[in-house]
Amino acid sequence: MNTRRLSVFSPRWLGLPLLLAAMLVLGACQRSPLPLRLTNVSGHMPDLDFNLTDDAGKAVTGADYRGKVVLLYFGYTHCPDVCPLTLAQLHVVMQRLGPQADGARILFVSVDPARDTPAVLKAYVNAFDPRAVGLTGTPRAVEALSKRYRSAFTREPGGSDDSYAVSHSSAIYVFDRAGRARVLATPSAAHDDLVHDLKLLLDDGATS
Amino acid sequence: MKPIPLAALCIALLLGASASTGASASSAEQVRASHAWLRILPGALPAGGYATLHNDGDQPAMLTGARSTVYAQVMLHESSAAGGTNRMHMVEAMTVPAHGNAALAPGGFHLMLEQPGRPVKPGEVVRLTLTFADGSTRDADFTARPANAMDAGDTHAGHAADALPLPAEHTHPAH
Repeated sequence: MNTRRLSVFSPRWLGLPLLLAAMLVLGACQRSPLPLRLTNVSGHMPDLDFNLTDDAGKAVTGADYRGKVVLLYFGYTHCPDVCPLTLAQLHVVMQRLGPQADGARILFVSVDPARDTPAVLKAYVNAFDPRAVGLTGTPRAVEALSKRYRSAFTREPGGSDDSYAVSHSSAIYVFDRAGRARVLATPSAAHDDLVHDLKLLLDDGATS
Repeated sequence: MKPIPLAALCIALLLGASASTGASASSAEQVRASHAWLRILPGALPAGGYATLHNDGDQPAMLTGARSTVYAQVMLHESSAAGGTNRMHMVEAMTVPAHGNAALAPGGFHLMLEQPGRPVKPGEVVRLTLTFADGSTRDADFTARPANAMDAGDTHAGHAADALPLPAEHTHPAH
């Protein structure tokens, strides 16, 4: 028995366990690389994590959205052009996902917490899509989340206390059901590609 | 002293030339608006105004903004997305080239309409007075559209290059 087992480690058989080990490693890797079409950021960005207030006024963290595919976007409600355009495009994408869209959430994080109360945010995001959630918080908490994803925002000089513009990142960050950053999309990304990638992430989470 | 009469002559010639080619038509007379719509956001949030402007004249026209009896303030803005950052800033004017078009479109030039005096509901028509750099004005009817609209809602409206035709908003189930 012993001698037979040892013979496996003779130079002649050394290749077999190595091959098996290699297949195991490859097999493990093959599970995760999904054929994503948009910028794949898997392993290059931190997991979804924050301490904010949702549009119902409830304290929430990234963990509250585990189980959902999350589309994270920074913006503000006094933004009449680009933010609505992006949210309207995301609504079209959600519609194209059909019933699967229930497994996804659009998280619209306000970079203007001074004006964006939970109530204002709720009315705003619901005007675009029922699966969108508005998030706000202390300036420090919003900044922490923004920095976590190397996003940035600044209040533009000029304007009054009621009327001012805020420059912000145009990126849409997509997280899988486990809260891992997977895809970086821009508002100009083709809807087909975003729908394709979201379907992969929605299917992936549903079967595992 | 010598150059002055020459300059005066040049100005006189230019003025005469422009008058003789009939370029005295105001911007308002030569510019038409089509596919005009407003993106209505909830509450008293500012709306976005969009339209395609057609210039049938021989001279470029400069749109400087608009006035409204409903919105206390209307400004001409431009969005930009340089380096992955979205910015919005006020602009003095948008040029509508002679015998050409220019668009107030999502993600670019647009009107920002603030402080509605009353709630504006999707479906209603809001008349705006477009203002031009030469002082002329022209009224245009803008259709109020819901927040998640992609365009004017008429079938001839142009879509963004990447945008797909909108699926039916609501399908009515058979009873």
